Amino acid sequence: MKQFYYKPAFPPKPAFTIGDGLILLGLAAILYGGIRLAFDAPLVVSGPEISLSPSALPWYALLSVGRMAIAYFLSLLFSLFYGYAAARNPSARKVLMPVLDVLQSVPILSFLPVVLLSLSAIFPEHIATEISAIVLIFTSQAWNITFSFYQSITTIPSELREASAIFRFSSWLRFRALELPFAAIGLIWNSMMSWSGGWFFLMAAEIFHVGSHDFRLPGLGSYLKTAAAQGNLMAVLAGTGVLILVVVLLDQFIWRPLLAWADKFKIEMVEGDEEPSSWFLDILSRSWLMDFFQRRISPLNEWLDMSFQGKDATDIAPGASLDSKRPAWQIALAVTGLLAIIYGSFMAIALMTTLSLKDWIELGVGLLATLARVFSSLVIAMLWTIPVGVAIGTNRRLASLLQPLVQVVAAIPATALFPMLLLALLRVYGGLNIAAIALMLMGTQWYLLFNVIAGAAAIPQDLRFTTDLLGLSVLDRWRTLIIPGIFPYIITGSITASGGAWNASIVAEYVEFGGKTYATTGIGATIARATGTGNYALLLAGTLVLVISVILINRLFWQRLYRLAEERYRME
Amino acid sequence: MSSMAGIKTAETLLNLDHICKGYGSGPKQLMAVKDICLSLKAGEFVSLLGPSGCGKSTLLRIVTGLNTATSGTVQYRGQTLKGVNPYATIVFQTFALYPWLTVEENVEIALKARGVPSTIRQDRARKLIDTIGLDGFESAYPRELSGGMRQKVGFARALAVEPELLCLDEPFSALDVLSAESLRGELMELWLNKSIPTQAILMVTHNIEEAVLMADRIVVMGKDPGRIVSEIQVHLRHPRHRKDTSFQHLVDSVYAAVAGQTRPETESLGTAPGQPGATQRLPRALLNQLAGLVEKLSDEGGRADLYRIGGELSLELDDLLPIVEAGDLLGFLSVQEGDLLLALLGQTYAEASILARKEMLAGRVLRMPVIAWIYESLRRNDNHRLAWEYFLNKLQADFGNRAEDQLDIAISWGRHAELFAYDDDTGELYLE
Repeated sequence: MKQFYYKPAFPPKPAFTIGDGLILLGLAAILYGGIRLAFDAPLVVSGPEISLSPSALPWYALLSVGRMAIAYFLSLLFSLFYGYAAARNPSARKVLMPVLDVLQSVPILSFLPVVLLSLSAIFPEHIATEISAIVLIFTSQAWNITFSFYQSITTIPSELREASAIFRFSSWLRFRALELPFAAIGLIWNSMMSWSGGWFFLMAAEIFHVGSHDFRLPGLGSYLKTAAAQGNLMAVLAGTGVLILVVVLLDQFIWRPLLAWADKFKIEMVEGDEEPSSWFLDILSRSWLMDFFQRRISPLNEWLDMSFQGKDATDIAPGASLDSKRPAWQIALAVTGLLAIIYGSFMAIALMTTLSLKDWIELGVGLLATLARVFSSLVIAMLWTIPVGVAIGTNRRLASLLQPLVQVVAAIPATALFPMLLLALLRVYGGLNIAAIALMLMGTQWYLLFNVIAGAAAIPQDLRFTTDLLGLSVLDRWRTLIIPGIFPYIITGSITASGGAWNASIVAEYVEFGGKTYATTGIGATIARATGTGNYALLLAGTLVLVISVILINRLFWQRLYRLAEERYRME
Repeated sequence: MSSMAGIKTAETLLNLDHICKGYGSGPKQLMAVKDICLSLKAGEFVSLLGPSGCGKSTLLRIVTGLNTATSGTVQYRGQTLKGVNPYATIVFQTFALYPWLTVEENVEIALKARGVPSTIRQDRARKLIDTIGLDGFESAYPRELSGGMRQKVGFARALAVEPELLCLDEPFSALDVLSAESLRGELMELWLNKSIPTQAILMVTHNIEEAVLMADRIVVMGKDPGRIVSEIQVHLRHPRHRKDTSFQHLVDSVYAAVAGQTRPETESLGTAPGQPGATQRLPRALLNQLAGLVEKLSDEGGRADLYRIGGELSLELDDLLPIVEAGDLLGFLSVQEGDLLLALLGQTYAEASILARKEMLAGRVLRMPVIAWIYESLRRNDNHRLAWEYFLNKLQADFGNRAEDQLDIAISWGRHAELFAYDDDTGELYLE
């Protein structure tokens, strides 16, 4: 069951530094730039009609997958370059890693309105929406892949590194034969994580409707939302079915085979007892197709290896340090960047001073309301996932029975089901409030469940037997063994889960559905309303307040708990 | 005679001139190796022998250019070495094979990196795999092989590039006894029959018998700082036999040379941390292990051969020496010509009751400046508690990145002697 376990990467010390402040100012400057562009955004945006005919579904599915694929390849490229630069160059690392750390805890969806508005000021509307969707998916996918790659590169055993140095590998050969294979498994796992995250954002980004701005793209997400808005139950079912089908197909034909294939890149020198397998890979590797490709690829590889080998066969020793003199252009770049940050953040603050006290109070109240929703969704998720997860994790039979089911259910992006929730709940009193919490819950509970299962499965058999022998009561059993045992896993699950919940607030607190507008108190609602009314100062302030609060909560609350969990309760 | 008998005026391949490698800077710089002068001639098999932490692996990496010296020069064939030494390869302790490449690909990639075209590469790799006796395993992945077979691949890969200087970094220490023995024999056969173009071998080891079995010359290193303390020529004829008395004698004298160097350069216990002057480092040993050794010595009548007692307790040199060093520092025993001698204090300790033992131990342990300083600092503090970080920060001035290790040992000793202990919940040390 260990394959479920996803561990966020954290820097060694959770302190809020000047560097972090600078990065936040940089974010403010970038947001200001976006808002400045948005001033010229068209006042009325109306997207294309979404056809609810079932025959449109394959085409829509293809469009959605295409967006995901483009964004994913961009993320992968970005990750390889960024991670590599951070790992190999110590002075670049000092800038790159803190930036990455802030970016990965930012609620990405809060940028959606700014990105949409600013891009529609530059590009024709459908291209702007298309690019926004891809940018949004990219920003949701890139960071954890980058972290994984960086961590892999920096944890390569020193003797393997030394071997590649003593045999004088070129940087290319070192990358191809050592670094990339070593990072492969982590890259694939994180890519899978990123894809399921990406679906969540794609569904939200394909249709974003506030006021006179109706951004939409033909795709599965817009199909589902349109179907729900029109109350067309058949279309909703068809759309959901196709979405599940796509997710399952991708899993079976891309991710499982990749994982099974990548098993040879594991560094452990022992054969594992539970090796990933894939029926598709088995068929593929026995076919002539694989053979055909291999015969085409290996001369190319050979040619690449040899031509790089000629160029820089003299590698510097890993222990030897590079000349640390900075070229002038680097200094110039840093100074320019700093000036841009100062100017941008100054202008951002200037813009925000136009807000009235009432606006700020609204933001504060909204933030608290959203915070309350995030925490209640987390508590509800814990209430059911902890007992269920422990039951599954400690019972092999139950696990093998439920595992495939849970995986499929978890693969459905919560944002795709949101329209249906609205359909059912909007007529109830406080319906949007319930729907918002439900959306957060649907997006977050799986992270928790998977982590609890992994944690329960990791409790050593001996300890469980000892507890049995001691004849502890159920309460004592949970207090002395189970809760401490799964505590680190609950924390890691909660960190990822709360990140998802904050994101959900943007789409959940303010909806236009079936020609009517529904809103509840919350910072997500404030951001959406500001977008709709063109109140750019409020939009900027709302986005910044949300971003900064989430980062602070991460630093001051979650990372401390995480460290406590790692130090005190890790069973290793 | 040894393999160099035939060569009258062998040329010097490697010359190390006053090599120092330090970490950190300033007056408290930590020297990993200090002032190493060593040369290696063609036809020689030299073994670098010493306890762990004496910098022998660091030295090997300086020779191969994987690491750079802080001062001093490395010359190879009269040329000052810059970057990776193109004449040398290493066989690593942990094999360092690429797990995702087959046996053949692992050997081939070394040739590929030298720009050897693919057809020649395959031939040479296959031939080498045959030579080392792994034919039939060409397409196996390393994880399918036993440790001994993996190291064979390590050797094949290193030999593939026909290195002039073959560096071995404890190549047999991760293997089981039998595999190690057979691999040693096979390497010696290749080397003595000159079936490989290698001109010289430099092997790092902490296994005395292994050094005596294989090398023409043993360079014994001591620690704090890592330095050469003696060189011993081995004139035994090959094949050498462990049971021969001449072999045994040589092992004994090498043992004496190594064990005589457990004491650091400075004889006194040194000053307290933070004071000027060097501070005595605590050896990485547990006090209950020391108690065990003292009892064993007492059973043996107060005197025992160090080499034999290591074997009987099945302790590697690296594990035994710190315990001996601790006993020596605390005055329970001493080392003389490869023998362990129980001191009067040790004898009393062995016969004492548990309570009396604690008291004796507390008294002796307090002689160590690090322990005394921690104890005094805690006593002077009003509530007899101080943060762990407080001690760590102060110790860092003296011990650099070894400070945490030192503090851990000090806490373990302090606990054992019931002087002070550590509270994990608050992260503080407190008086018992």
